[in-house]
Amino acid sequence: MDAALAINIVDSTIRLSTPLLFAALAGLYSERSGVFDISLEGKMLIAAFASATVAALSGSAWAGLLAGVGAAVAFGLVHGFASITCRGNQIVSGVAINFIAAGLTVILGQSWFGEGGRTPPLTGDARFSDKVLPFAQELSGVPVVGPIYSGIISGQNVLVYLAFLLVPATWWVLARTRFGLRLRAVGENPAAVDTAGISVAWLRYRAVIICGVLTGLAGTYLAVAQAAGFNRDMTAGKGYIALAALIFAKWRPVPILFACLLFGFLDAISIRIQGVALPGIGTVSVQFVQALPYILTVVLLAGFVGRAIPPRAGGVPYVKER
Amino acid sequence: MSRPFAKLPAWIDYGLIPLLNLVVAFLVAGLVVLVVGESPAEAAMLMLRGAFGYGEGVGFTLYYTTSFIFTGLAVAVAFHGGLFNIGGEGQAYLGGLGITVVALALGGILPWWLNLPLAAAAAALFGAAWALIPAWLQARRGSHIVITTIMFNFIASALMVYLLVGPLKPAGSMNPESRTFEAGASLPKLDGLFELFGASLGGAPLNVTLFVALAAALFVWVLIWRTRLGYEIRTLGHSPKAARYAGMAETRIIVVTMLIAGGLAGLMALNPVMGDQYRLQIDFPAGAGFVGIAVALMGRGHPAGILPAALLFGMLYQGGAELAFDMPAISRDMIVIIQGLVILFAGALENMLRPGVGALYGRLRRQGPVGAEAGKATA
Repeated sequence: MDAALAINIVDSTIRLSTPLLFAALAGLYSERSGVFDISLEGKMLIAAFASATVAALSGSAWAGLLAGVGAAVAFGLVHGFASITCRGNQIVSGVAINFIAAGLTVILGQSWFGEGGRTPPLTGDARFSDKVLPFAQELSGVPVVGPIYSGIISGQNVLVYLAFLLVPATWWVLARTRFGLRLRAVGENPAAVDTAGISVAWLRYRAVIICGVLTGLAGTYLAVAQAAGFNRDMTAGKGYIALAALIFAKWRPVPILFACLLFGFLDAISIRIQGVALPGIGTVSVQFVQALPYILTVVLLAGFVGRAIPPRAGGVPYVKER
Repeated sequence: MSRPFAKLPAWIDYGLIPLLNLVVAFLVAGLVVLVVGESPAEAAMLMLRGAFGYGEGVGFTLYYTTSFIFTGLAVAVAFHGGLFNIGGEGQAYLGGLGITVVALALGGILPWWLNLPLAAAAAALFGAAWALIPAWLQARRGSHIVITTIMFNFIASALMVYLLVGPLKPAGSMNPESRTFEAGASLPKLDGLFELFGASLGGAPLNVTLFVALAAALFVWVLIWRTRLGYEIRTLGHSPKAARYAGMAETRIIVVTMLIAGGLAGLMALNPVMGDQYRLQIDFPAGAGFVGIAVALMGRGHPAGILPAALLFGMLYQGGAELAFDMPAISRDMIVIIQGLVILFAGALENMLRPGVGALYGRLRRQGPVGAEAGKATA
């Protein structure tokens, strides 16, 4: 394999991992606080639609970002209201949000823009453009370091850098701050947190809001940075892949980075692998590569490759003792 | 599902509150129609007329209803065992593969009434097989069945695309679908039944699968409320601890429950594959497996509730298709929103109105002539 192809694959791996990374970290906050969230998909979708709509109307990608985050937080609060305040079934609530987002984006898109659910194409400042880092041009001639710096590290958009910075930030928040400790505690043993005089509901609401902000970033990235506008069902299961990455990483921030990179890599090679004979394996079908993240997650869940143990209080509504 | 709120009389619990939840869901859907700039009342009228106004419309409505009965039952059976089966879509997809195997092999040899039970058995078998691994993993390895069944939906989709663009596609064809079945593997339409009432079925694909669906509903009622296995399933669903203490084999019950659920979802494939298209097509379940979640929640897991809930969604599907002609702003995706709202209000937010209704009921009781149980209802 030549170097240019390798650089190309790594570059598209990073681009394809970014939305997964945002969404998986979003799920991390929510699930570590004890609120299961299978509505990552729906929140990404509504955020993609809202951000593309506002970016198209205002001409500003940053206004789109705000709208996307706002929409995802609003949907997150519905999930929070159902699962924290009404003590409803969190899975059922998540399923509902995914359907509402899938239908609403198409109905509103068709009604407002009349292009089969697509939003107007974004150009110029309405999109997050790729940033060329300093010295990228000058260093590109240097062997090894040059192509990596100018081909991979430089030339991504703001949201890509943000996603990768969020990994250490999330680790620090969860492992080193008081809020993080309480968040993890409320996902394992809410009664203990309650006894300490801390509101279980408010902690979980904060987790759900953070989850909304991050899924909002994921959706905005899809519609306003990676693509130039919203397409119907443009998340195409990425929310579920992110969920798979979250479980694959056993609900820990740094492994999430590697899980997302792995699944992004599978996505990146799934197109290139078509018809290519691999040594010792023969040709692999595209469908198999596409199904691989799901198969890997099932194998991991089965506990054959280390065991994934979810937060203990996950999915259980907290009933204060009366 | 746990019920952490005060107990109310059965007619409120099973009648009034679900009805109120449904009303709220449709009110919110009406709001969306308003936002889009159409009149909700007019949309509802057009929808009703499209679904029940003429013979062909009724035929389509009942055709969709048939599919939703199967998938609703598939979700409901699992619910009784405390399992959330989101995998109906994948199980139905695989069921179609079972039917195709029988239809391609025997379609030219046997008449339809012999092929129907064989294809039904194959559909149930393939659907059940697709539910087996998630069930076993839940029972023995503790993997969450919601996640595994979601993953299996995607794996099923990839597998079927692989088969339909490869081995199952007849040579020389460009479409990703199997070859058309012979006459022996196509189920008869119910136009004779419609002519009895002086109506015409027209081009509606309503077929004998409807009776299979009704039989399946009866089967589920007998299974859940009249057999030992059903008792064990409900015990496990209410309290796994009690089931374990009573010496019930947890693994066996979980696996058997999911096999039945998967089988029911697989049977759904009879309707579109053998009853309408006479070939295996890409994505033929078209979301019916997910509609089953809304149907089961709305029907509260009881066949007597699932049948009307399936009819309601059949009506929405057919009426929604008609509505899209008259109001282009409201496409079929409106149904997806309604489906989501029904799942939200009848499922996740089922307790939202309960304290209010309970307080109101308590006050009415205290004012009424019999005040014996007053105060009991207030949470």
